[in-house]
Amino acid sequence: MNFDLTSTQEDLRGLARSFADEVVAPKAADYDVSGDFPYDIVAKMGDLGFFGLPFPEEVGGVGGDFLSYCLVLEELARADASVAITLEAAVSLGITPIVRFGSEEQRAKWLPDLLAGKRLWAFGLTEPGAGSDAYGTATRARHEGDEWVINGRKAFITNAGTDISAGVTITAVTGETGGKREISTIAIERGTPGYSQAPKYRKLGWHASDTRELIFDDVHVPYSNVIGVEGKGYKQFLGTLEGGRVAIAALAVGVAQACLDESVAYSANRTQFGHPIASYQTTQMKLADMATQIELARLMTWKAASIIDVGRQPGKYASMAKLHASEVATACANQAVQIHGGFGFMEEAPVARYYRDVKINEIGEGTSEIQRLLIAREILAPRGIRVEPNGPQGNGEKRT
Amino acid sequence: MKVIVCVKQIPDPSVPGELVGPAHTLQREGVTLVLDPGDEFGVEAGLALAESQGGEVVLVSMGPERGADALRKGLAMGAAKGILVSDPGLAGADALTTATVLAAAIRREGFDCVITATESTDGYSGVIPQMLAALLEVPAVTFAKSISLQDSTMRVKRQTESGTEDAVVNLPCIVSVTAGVNEPRYPTLKGILGAKSKPIETCTAESLGVALTGSTQQVADVTPIAARGAGEIITDDGSAAAKIVEFLTTVKVL
Repeated sequence: MNFDLTSTQEDLRGLARSFADEVVAPKAADYDVSGDFPYDIVAKMGDLGFFGLPFPEEVGGVGGDFLSYCLVLEELARADASVAITLEAAVSLGITPIVRFGSEEQRAKWLPDLLAGKRLWAFGLTEPGAGSDAYGTATRARHEGDEWVINGRKAFITNAGTDISAGVTITAVTGETGGKREISTIAIERGTPGYSQAPKYRKLGWHASDTRELIFDDVHVPYSNVIGVEGKGYKQFLGTLEGGRVAIAALAVGVAQACLDESVAYSANRTQFGHPIASYQTTQMKLADMATQIELARLMTWKAASIIDVGRQPGKYASMAKLHASEVATACANQAVQIHGGFGFMEEAPVARYYRDVKINEIGEGTSEIQRLLIAREILAPRGIRVEPNGPQGNGEKRT
Repeated sequence: MKVIVCVKQIPDPSVPGELVGPAHTLQREGVTLVLDPGDEFGVEAGLALAESQGGEVVLVSMGPERGADALRKGLAMGAAKGILVSDPGLAGADALTTATVLAAAIRREGFDCVITATESTDGYSGVIPQMLAALLEVPAVTFAKSISLQDSTMRVKRQTESGTEDAVVNLPCIVSVTAGVNEPRYPTLKGILGAKSKPIETCTAESLGVALTGSTQQVADVTPIAARGAGEIITDDGSAAAKIVEFLTTVKVL
């Protein structure tokens, strides 16, 4: 076993690191305050090929591996988590379903601009009443002639409302067989009559990322806008989310690393009782714990990414990576603010932003609770014990 | 047109270096080696020229085998191929030996224009461009702030101590570029992935027909520069502004 990156992976990470330090980091604090969407940075990332990184050249991608994509996300998140999530949501949630399940026509129509970062595509799964319970989606799509008529709302959707947003793939109930609801994924282009978006949410963190509620009121789209197989939407997005979890893990590692870097720099300079606070064991133990936990989170992320790169589903390893990395990142942000003392509570301290930005990693793309459930389900399956969100007395509705 | 860009792999200049051996050269073992940051401007200038005229950029470097890493970065930025002169006999080579070997590689490849940095960030001799010009028997225009090419006439704005100088030179020629000449591009991700499959030709002094005769130049001694003294504090008795202006004038800030 060898944990070294290949020289190509090193080079890709080196580029992402330079880009993050030179282009992203200098603007991060300003974008955090203004909440403006970083169009200039997105355009540059598009020119360099970031949006096409983990997709094969046959579909117009760059042909890089998933691990390289994770390395890039980590570096971007180290500078600005809003920029990293913009790329992550565009790639893992927006482009991936079209690459994996889209028809030739759909790929030809949407992928060129999406892979170039000129346009963004969103993924609409969560609803006001359907979060972890994604199967409980209330959005309906009715088949009428050669069209779908869609009604419903989607909540907390990333990248749907920017000036360069092109559309969204949503999940909707399209039928029922034997008492089981069938869910399909359907593409809706922005500007379709009946499709509207709410103003940007006011969020705790990720201020520069575009997050909105979407409303569908008798939206008509062609029947051919189904992504993948009609009625198989649930299974499809479960597969999509696994890769997304690993990507979020990488993003969390990036923020955690930024917390450590800032803490090391600050504690080496900050003097109390006549010495830098880094010379005191109370600080040293914190830094050592942060560094160790970050390295473990990174290792798990790389392992999950490597499983994807050899062509297997990462399953519980994706959940473990996201669960561990996101909880480590939150803990690191907490300690980073503590090490910075009163200054860490001031908005001009970068760690204050990290503290606000980091929490969402434990929630978005599957909460920590759902990750634990998925891990437990996989390790208890051989014992015949069913793991359902609502316990052993669950209604037994088959959800996977 | 064919543009040759000379590049060098050096110990990472952001990490404090250590001088070793009788020739007082920088420690190269056990340190991270990177493309000389000054060379990125040369690669960018070469690529811009080749793109505007049609043509390609070929990188030429001298150094140990792992010098190929530095070439790879230039290839990722867009150069078509690399030539690496790697020969144990060249370890610790002086400027003239280096220039002789580079000139041989460049002559064999053929060129319309050779671009170099003004000096390397590790050795600082700053004489390679002029030596190359003499050996290749072409004119050298040094310290370029900007370059433009029309037909086979190159216009170069040169940075000098007191201002800029406009020079006009015909191809083939050698141009050394300053760090301000352009803003080096980031390699694209596709460029990085594609760099692996671009050719890097490795050769030795012998295969270039250069007989190594030993260094003609020796670094006799090296002494650290004196530590910077404390600054001067000017107490304002009404003349402070004038004194500060005078100081800024002597250091040529004003």
